Amino acid sequence: MIGGLPLTFAAPALLWALALIPVLWLLLRLLPPAPVVRRFPAVALLLGLTERDADVHRTPLLLMLLRTAALLAAILGFAGPVLGPRGATGGGSGPVLMVVEADWPDAARWAALQARLTDEASAAVAAGRPVAVAVLSEAQVPRPVFGLPGAARDRIAALRPAPWAVPAARFAALAGALPEGRFETVWQADALDRPERAALLAALQARGPVRVLTPPAPPPALTAPEPGGAGLNLALLRPARGPAETYTLAIAGTDPNGVERLLTRQPVAVPAGADRVAVTLDLAPELRNRVQRITLERGATAGALALADDGARRPKVALVDPTPPQEGLELLSPSHYLRAALADGADVIEGALPDMVRAAPQGIVLADAGGLPADQADALIDWVRKGGVLVRFAGPRLAASIEPDAPDDLLLPVRLRPGDRALGGTMTWGAPRPLAPFAKDSLFSGLALPPDVTVGTQVLAEPGPELSDHTLATLQDGTPLVTQSTLGAGRVVLFHVTATADWSSLPASGLFVQMLERLAMIAPPARDRAAVLSGGVWRAVATVDASGALQPVAEGAGGAGIPGARLAAGPAGPEIPAGLYQSGGRRMALPLLPPGAALAPAAWPSGVALDRLDAVPARSLKGVLLATALALLAVEALAAIWLSGRFARGLAAVLALGLLALPDPRGARALDDPALLRAAGGTVLAHVLTGDASVDRLADEGLTGLGWTLTLRTAVEPGPPVGIDLEKDDLSLYAFLYWPVAADEPLPSAAAYGRLNAFLRSGGLILFDTRDGDGSAAPGTSPEAERLKVLAAGLDIPALAPVPADHVLTRSFYLLDDFPGRYVGAPVWAEAPPPDAVAAAGMPFRSLNDGVSPVIIGGNDWASAWATDDRGQPLYPVGEGVAGERQREMAARFGVNLVMYVLTGNYKSDQVHVPALLERLGQ
Amino acid sequence: MSQPLIARASIRAGAEALADPAPALLAAAERLAASVRAGGHGRRRAGPGPDFWQYRAAEAGDAARSIDWRRSARADQDYVRDREWVQVQTVQVWADGGLSMRYHSAPRLPEKAHRAAVLALALAILLEQGGERVGTLDPDLPPRVGRAQVERLAGAFARPAPPAAEFGVPRPGTLVPGGWAVLLSDFLGPLDPLAALIEEAAGKRMSGVLMQVLDPAEETFPFTGRTLFRSIGGGLSHEASEPASLGARYRERLAERRDGLSALARAAGWTVLTHRTDAAPAPALWALGGLVGRRAHHWGGGA
Repeated sequence: MIGGLPLTFAAPALLWALALIPVLWLLLRLLPPAPVVRRFPAVALLLGLTERDADVHRTPLLLMLLRTAALLAAILGFAGPVLGPRGATGGGSGPVLMVVEADWPDAARWAALQARLTDEASAAVAAGRPVAVAVLSEAQVPRPVFGLPGAARDRIAALRPAPWAVPAARFAALAGALPEGRFETVWQADALDRPERAALLAALQARGPVRVLTPPAPPPALTAPEPGGAGLNLALLRPARGPAETYTLAIAGTDPNGVERLLTRQPVAVPAGADRVAVTLDLAPELRNRVQRITLERGATAGALALADDGARRPKVALVDPTPPQEGLELLSPSHYLRAALADGADVIEGALPDMVRAAPQGIVLADAGGLPADQADALIDWVRKGGVLVRFAGPRLAASIEPDAPDDLLLPVRLRPGDRALGGTMTWGAPRPLAPFAKDSLFSGLALPPDVTVGTQVLAEPGPELSDHTLATLQDGTPLVTQSTLGAGRVVLFHVTATADWSSLPASGLFVQMLERLAMIAPPARDRAAVLSGGVWRAVATVDASGALQPVAEGAGGAGIPGARLAAGPAGPEIPAGLYQSGGRRMALPLLPPGAALAPAAWPSGVALDRLDAVPARSLKGVLLATALALLAVEALAAIWLSGRFARGLAAVLALGLLALPDPRGARALDDPALLRAAGGTVLAHVLTGDASVDRLADEGLTGLGWTLTLRTAVEPGPPVGIDLEKDDLSLYAFLYWPVAADEPLPSAAAYGRLNAFLRSGGLILFDTRDGDGSAAPGTSPEAERLKVLAAGLDIPALAPVPADHVLTRSFYLLDDFPGRYVGAPVWAEAPPPDAVAAAGMPFRSLNDGVSPVIIGGNDWASAWATDDRGQPLYPVGEGVAGERQREMAARFGVNLVMYVLTGNYKSDQVHVPALLERLGQ
Repeated sequence: MSQPLIARASIRAGAEALADPAPALLAAAERLAASVRAGGHGRRRAGPGPDFWQYRAAEAGDAARSIDWRRSARADQDYVRDREWVQVQTVQVWADGGLSMRYHSAPRLPEKAHRAAVLALALAILLEQGGERVGTLDPDLPPRVGRAQVERLAGAFARPAPPAAEFGVPRPGTLVPGGWAVLLSDFLGPLDPLAALIEEAAGKRMSGVLMQVLDPAEETFPFTGRTLFRSIGGGLSHEASEPASLGARYRERLAERRDGLSALARAAGWTVLTHRTDAAPAPALWALGGLVGRRAHHWGGGA
């Protein structure tokens, strides 16, 4: 620091150049600005005239001051002044212990922090002091040893912040492992309040002075989301003294195809002084179940990432009750208890089985059902194979439907014996049986058994070698109560009792709800996380790194797994990093900050030397000073010009230069849209997004296929197609737009029409496809065609006519006489040829439109015929057999012709002039 | 193909003008002379000059062949046709061809040398039409009568000898006694050679006019800013940090020089006229022609 100012120089040696200023002053003073040379005949009259002020021959004082100031600024600028604290300030002797926390809040400004720590270490090294480094956040308990100073510096250079907070026991552990003797301590601490620090601080202070480097406030963070009310609730935490500010939450999740993408953004306004703001993400159930991550934008710490797990989702569960509703027997209805159990934790839909399967729920609960019709059973099996969970309950109907010699029913996990077994009834000897404790590694392990749950009646499984593998719960006599089998990616679970209370008291107990939770039928309430977690062994799937990114954990890594109780107990730490954990089919997130967490700023005792790292952010003044020097020189140049009388000319030149230097505002706009960048780099096929997902997907697949065809056969190599949102996207870079018309497509806005018309005027072509050429409606009468009429009303479309046989489209690449797609024969319309077009003598074609027809309209559903997957295999059937393949080929050829027509215009039409051109060339 | 023809014609005209500037100069001078003539100053045209004649009675000593018989036949007396002796004025015009005359302060202004040449030639045309003998101070081009002399003068003015000195000096020793001398120059150079010439001319009973042709910049001295003034030939230079502060004293010196010039002229009975190149040339020619022509006429009439 210089003179109390927190000013340091990167190259202080350069400041010696300041001594040159007096010399330069003298030199500059003797160098007046060069005079203008003028031819003048009457010089003779001037000879001998002297000016009164002899000093004018010297440089004026103003110029001198300007030049000296510019020089001063330049010298100071090149010396690299930095305003603000930087570099170590220690000046003692003896060993230095560097206690480094390096945990998640430090990730926000790690680079600066690391530079500062390196500076500290370097300063100690330069003073010849031994340095030891103790990193508190690492997996091992630190045992600092004063060693080679270079090693400490390397250690710091290799250090990365950990994505957890320093475990509480570490402070005491370090206090017990301090090296011998007296030493100075430099303690890098995060800004969070840790009461455990007091003991370590006392131990360190007993050995020597302690300096604490700590930022004034922790970075903002998010707590774990929990479901509640209409959506997900979480809290945004930040230091209380902050000003009013708006943060943005980015909510990411999987789309229906399983690809992770940004679902939505939500701004969160934090009023001044508030340290905790509750945020409710009000999302549609569909969307909410897809949420995986909530990120605080600009957060860049592990605390800025909140993970949504199974607990944040409400599964969609279908409840199928095959019994017809009976008046007044509600408590006897098999679905009553199920409904009550599911209602709080799942989105329940009810209805007939075929409808429910089509609704694609996560789980289907099938109350007592006998044999299902074959088609329903097949649909159900398909659904389970794709990952559904089918939970069945026994009952009189199921018991009655079991036949001894029937083949294995895939919808039952085990073979059942016909009939049911009653215990404890009036006609039986045995009493109702209670449940056996759940096996250690079973799905239900850890659930408490209420003593009053007994089973009176059950269906029995055929004993067999695999029965125990399929059993999830048994009665005390060993007979299975719940069995399970896997089917494809899904599971079939059978409760061997009814879903009503007449065979057992299970449905009326709390255990029933917990079992359904374990079966992922119900989202567990947040308070029961511990209960949910406690069973099973969990394996990390992905962990959060210090910068708040989710890093997948390789399969098999992570050792033997983590007991659920450990996960439930503990804050995230070196052994259990925050992240996603999996056990069986369940996924749980271990949050860095549980829902109730708060960020309390650290309070240090008044005796500790605190170095608020960012009290004054270090700011390099080099740029400012050099810019000042340049500005001063510019002013000096202007003044010199003015003094030399060339001001008018010089000013014009300077203004011109200034105009040149002005940044072009249009140039500043970044081209950041990757689609636009690609479109600007080459030919890209584009289609209009209609809002109908299936139509859009079809168009995308179709253009992908057409792109394949073009790449293989022609010099046109379009990349992947681009979907165009007419309301937002810029059309100016595209030449070809495929517009599949959907019957319920919304009308574009006036601005979108303006862009479309500009697109058409500038030579673009739109292929309208009404996809109605299957003959089900007369041409032009289908809903799509009606919609097209409405859509096209706002477009500047010329008079249309069916494409004549000698149109360029028939010969721009292939020779075609028809334009088939998935359908054949529907008329294709293009701009009408001029009425006076005639074929020149000897020419096979008329000289038609001069230019490209702005629109081509048809209904042959070309996209379906073009569509291919990524490997070029066709996706949709076209026609039948060889004729169908021929038709697909012709459709592809039409696509090639069309793109060639778009790109080359009437070039092929001009071929008719070739004889005339050759004749002229001959002359 | 008409365009190239025009282009060719204009190129040819330009080339001819470049190769022989005399016609252009002559044209400019004739235009100027005509404008002065059109100003109602037509008395010169009425004078018959060489056609003037009268009859007088034959006296003893008259040759018989000098008797005009036709006139004598109408009377009893013999008459002699007598040509009146006409006093033809000799005018010598000198336009300064020094380097200092090659100056114009703005592109729109003509060079002083050009203006001086145009004025000189226009005066020559007027005088020639008035029947005077016109020439230069150059011994190769002594005063003569007739249109051809105008052409010769145009040639001489259009192709002056390459200026060697900063300031032109009229060559002494070629003065025609009793004639007129018209000197066009900026008179910025040393005045001693001029004084010598005037003295010599006065000795030969010559009348004269000095016309000082100046660029406006030379009169107003509008310069500011640090300037190194250098003469056209480069021989003289003067550096000024703030020329504006010199302006007043420069104009003083210019006025002194004019006074000197006037004193010089007055001593010999000559006249000093001034002309600025940003002014129209016609009034200058008017003044010049009026001065020279009137005296010539007066003298002629008095004879």
